[in-house]
Amino acid sequence: MKWTLDKSKPLCPQICEQVCLKIALGEFTPGGKMFSVRETALLAGVNPNTVQKAFEVLEQDGILYSVRGSGWFVSEDIAKAKETLDNLVYEKTQAYFESLIALGMNSEQIKNYVKEWDYE
Amino acid sequence: MSELLRCENLTKKYANTTALKGINLTLESGKIVGLLGPNGSGKTTLIKLINGLLTPTEGKVLVNGNAPGVKTKAEVAYLPDNSYLNSWMTVKQIVDYFVDFYADFREELAYEMLKRLGINPEMKLKTLSKGNKEKVCLILVMSRNAKLYVLDEPIAGVDPAARDYVISTIINNYNQDATVLISTHLISDIEQILDEAIFIQNGEILLHKTIDDIREEHNKSVDELFREVFKW
Repeated sequence: MKWTLDKSKPLCPQICEQVCLKIALGEFTPGGKMFSVRETALLAGVNPNTVQKAFEVLEQDGILYSVRGSGWFVSEDIAKAKETLDNLVYEKTQAYFESLIALGMNSEQIKNYVKEWDYE
Repeated sequence: MSELLRCENLTKKYANTTALKGINLTLESGKIVGLLGPNGSGKTTLIKLINGLLTPTEGKVLVNGNAPGVKTKAEVAYLPDNSYLNSWMTVKQIVDYFVDFYADFREELAYEMLKRLGINPEMKLKTLSKGNKEKVCLILVMSRNAKLYVLDEPIAGVDPAARDYVISTIINNYNQDATVLISTHLISDIEQILDEAIFIQNGEILLHKTIDDIREEHNKSVDELFREVFKW
């Protein structure tokens, strides 16, 4: 998964969110080693200080932890990261429904569309 | 994080124009800072004062506690807005020149970056394209292990692909003790890697904030805010 960042919003919370998604989707393994701050900064194309701040926030939330001298690791408990994924899926679903309601659809019609949608 | 650059009431007057009007500014170490402003706003004047190429009319500028001079020049790596290198020299000769000149020059790193960007060290500078010349200049500056990097329009002439490389070079070279001050118009290309932005207009500082504060307060990217603030 690529890093997708919206420049019109603060980057730090976006980095936090994307790290959570990558954990929830199995790109980073629970208990495994994370990329370093600098590697992450290079991959995401952002400032290392921003990544540092994001990792510190994630540490407070128990999603990452740091080991002196050996860097950053993913927490064994990935419930919080999964929660972020669930929230995002919920938000996107809600936004999708709202956009179709704005186009004059009702809830029943939208559900039918989804049911019949042929996803390749 | 310690204070690396301080400007106190810094003023510069040319004959009958005032290029800088009593600027007060402090920069800490470990930051990447964008110096952003329209043409003629005083960016290059400020940069030249930091490098001791101009002397202040009033006020002072201190780099790591010292006024610009021999000591600060060993700590500041400066990329001017136009090339000052002898065009008859080959890239390799210029690298040798820098090795002699600067105790903190990392020769290996310079050659590694030249190779990455496909620049042949045997080429004479005058045979290189404008963009490649700019890349050489930037490589030379970033190869120094300096405290303060001052880059005046570092990416204006290079193609977008090389721009990404330049940006990753800046991230790669980043360290907690050094600060990078970048003056540029190409804000959208560079704003992701900035910690702070300084908006300068008519010789005055309009705004000096962290990037995430700007985005939070204005709900805009720095590029969008710049276009709004400096609208004609």
